[in-house]
Amino acid sequence: MSEPMIKVEGLTMGWPGPAGAPVILQQDATFDVARGEVFAILGGSGCGKSTLLRYLVGLESPLGGEIAIAGLGRPNLEVGRPPFGVMFQSGALFGSLTVGENIGLSLEQWTDLPYEAIAAIVLAKLKLVGLEGAENRYPAELSGGMKKRAAIARAMALEPELIFLDEPSAGLDPVSAVELDQLILTLNKVLGLTVVLVTHELPSIFKIAQRCIMLDKETKSIIATGDPCELRDHSDDPRVRDFFNRRPRSV
Amino acid sequence: MTAADRRSHRPSGQPRLSLIEVFPQPDRQQLSLSGKLIFAEAGEIWTDVSARIATLEKGDRIDFDMSRVDAIDGGTMALLVHLRSELAARGVRAEFAGAGADVQALIHLYRGDIRASRRVRQRAESTFSQLGRSTIHFFHELRGILGFLGNSVLAAVGLLREPKTGNWKQLAPTMERAGADAVPIVVLINFLVGFVMAFQGATQLKQFGANVYVADLVGLSVTRELGPLMTAIILCGRSGAAFAAELGSMSVSEEIDALRTMGFGPIRYLVLPRTLALMLVLPLLTLLGDLVGIIGGLVVGVTSLGLTVGGYLSETQKAVSMWDVFSGLIKSVIFAIAISVIACQQGMATTGGAEGVGRRTTASVVSTLFALIIIDAGFTVFFHAFHL
Ligand SMILES: Nc1ncnc2c1ncn2[C@@H]1O[C@H](COP(=O)(O)OP(=O)(O)OP(=O)(O)O)[C@@H](O)[C@H]1O
Ligand SMILES: [Mg+2]
Repeated sequence: MSEPMIKVEGLTMGWPGPAGAPVILQQDATFDVARGEVFAILGGSGCGKSTLLRYLVGLESPLGGEIAIAGLGRPNLEVGRPPFGVMFQSGALFGSLTVGENIGLSLEQWTDLPYEAIAAIVLAKLKLVGLEGAENRYPAELSGGMKKRAAIARAMALEPELIFLDEPSAGLDPVSAVELDQLILTLNKVLGLTVVLVTHELPSIFKIAQRCIMLDKETKSIIATGDPCELRDHSDDPRVRDFFNRRPRSV
Repeated sequence: MTAADRRSHRPSGQPRLSLIEVFPQPDRQQLSLSGKLIFAEAGEIWTDVSARIATLEKGDRIDFDMSRVDAIDGGTMALLVHLRSELAARGVRAEFAGAGADVQALIHLYRGDIRASRRVRQRAESTFSQLGRSTIHFFHELRGILGFLGNSVLAAVGLLREPKTGNWKQLAPTMERAGADAVPIVVLINFLVGFVMAFQGATQLKQFGANVYVADLVGLSVTRELGPLMTAIILCGRSGAAFAAELGSMSVSEEIDALRTMGFGPIRYLVLPRTLALMLVLPLLTLLGDLVGIIGGLVVGVTSLGLTVGGYLSETQKAVSMWDVFSGLIKSVIFAIAISVIACQQGMATTGGAEGVGRRTTASVVSTLFALIIIDAGFTVFFHAFHL
């Protein structure tokens, strides 16, 4: 089997606490993401899913453990162009730039394409996420769901082979959410794009995710790894079954 | 409206609480609540219940009898549950008793039926430890700023090697905002500085008949000290604050993180163009400030000291050397770096939403003013020591 796209070993996430000892968010996380896979990160609110993404893309340095992306070790954001696109939970569009400029920014920086070519790519990406005609609007003029979609288009701008999406369909209407799932599946099938996504939408997990991990806040660890449908039906961990069957946690 | 008035507005018209000793044991008391406990009267309920339970001591036991409560809302229940855990912290066991199904559900919702946890009270910090903490905080911030300065120098060196990767597009608009737009205020303030100084100096110099030396006084202090410093302070208030707020709101909305994941180093992309813009603009503004400061002195000299324009200007020329102006400009370049680096560092260190942006912007202006004065004093000592 070829080398995994992402390899995480013994990752410990945390930050310096008030009393000197670090506050640990997740301890000793180990998993990998194969090339061309749709991989979901699941877990309750506040368990550290978005934080895990920050570690994976190299925004934070781990307290312990190893991360390797495309066999290259922990991404170094200081040199060169990162081999992935990222969509943040809040969208994080640049407020001083129009939607079109947001998407075109990294094309301008990292390619030699002439202006018209960049404009054409921007339009194509906007079409992909169903935002035709929004290229000259500023992020402040968009709705929450439109911002998310613009952020996905921005993450896709440089045709990365790996993309991180933090709750892409939260705040979208059901139809757009299904269309987005469809889009992710298509990109995955046609381009072989590896997708790592955080989501709470159970139907979309079962439909698009080939594998998943589930983080747990209390034990600060990964409590399940595998095919979500499989886990739903056959996991022997009650917390995992409760999550997939939308049952409230027993106190 | 007094408490008694409020009491009379109560629908039932009678006191709500009664303290009844029902159990034979001397250590168990019962606090009976009745009627409708609504949040609008929560203040009164709080005061009453607190007063009744104030005398309880460690080892006592009290039951809140809820059997005659017709209805209670969430806020009031939250207060009762809070009082219960307060009692637990004092070692008094308190339980809700006799509640009907509806009330019991609410008790459960607010966790009034599980063991009350003893909360550790935080003691107020002593002056000594506050002092220590702010000292540590100061050095922490200082280290942050110096580290940031180091990173900026590294980024600048990297940019010199690969000039193509710079964000040159941002340079001109930043220079316009920081420079051209600041001209009116720089002119006004520096004119007034020259004007006021000449006025104050004139009253003294007149006594010695040394009127013409007003030109020396104004010319030297404006070019060596006040022109560069005043202009830098104006720029700190205008552009420094703007940089800190801009970068601060970009930090809290994860825009800086997004930039980094796109391979744009925020220092190279955001900080260097701003710093370079200020380094180009501040000396020019300082030169302008020097000029209008001297003009401010000239106006006083001509109107109230009986000097001629030619006389004043030739005296200024005699007193002020090329080096006096130039040393001021050197200072202003260093000031520009300090303003931009501190503002950007503070902006990028922002956490905690809109309030954090405000706090950091304030902190950035204060730290910058402090740094400007320190740098200025350093230059003065340096120039003096080397007889420059
Ligand atoms: N550097 C840090 N300093 C302090 N707290 C932090 C830090 N990083 C993460 N946290 C905390 O870690 C917790 C996990 O946050 P995170 O955003 O990863 O949760 P999440 O799983 O994405 O939740 P949600 O589903 O609500 O988005 C939060 O309580 C957050 O405040
Ligand atoms: Mg999150």
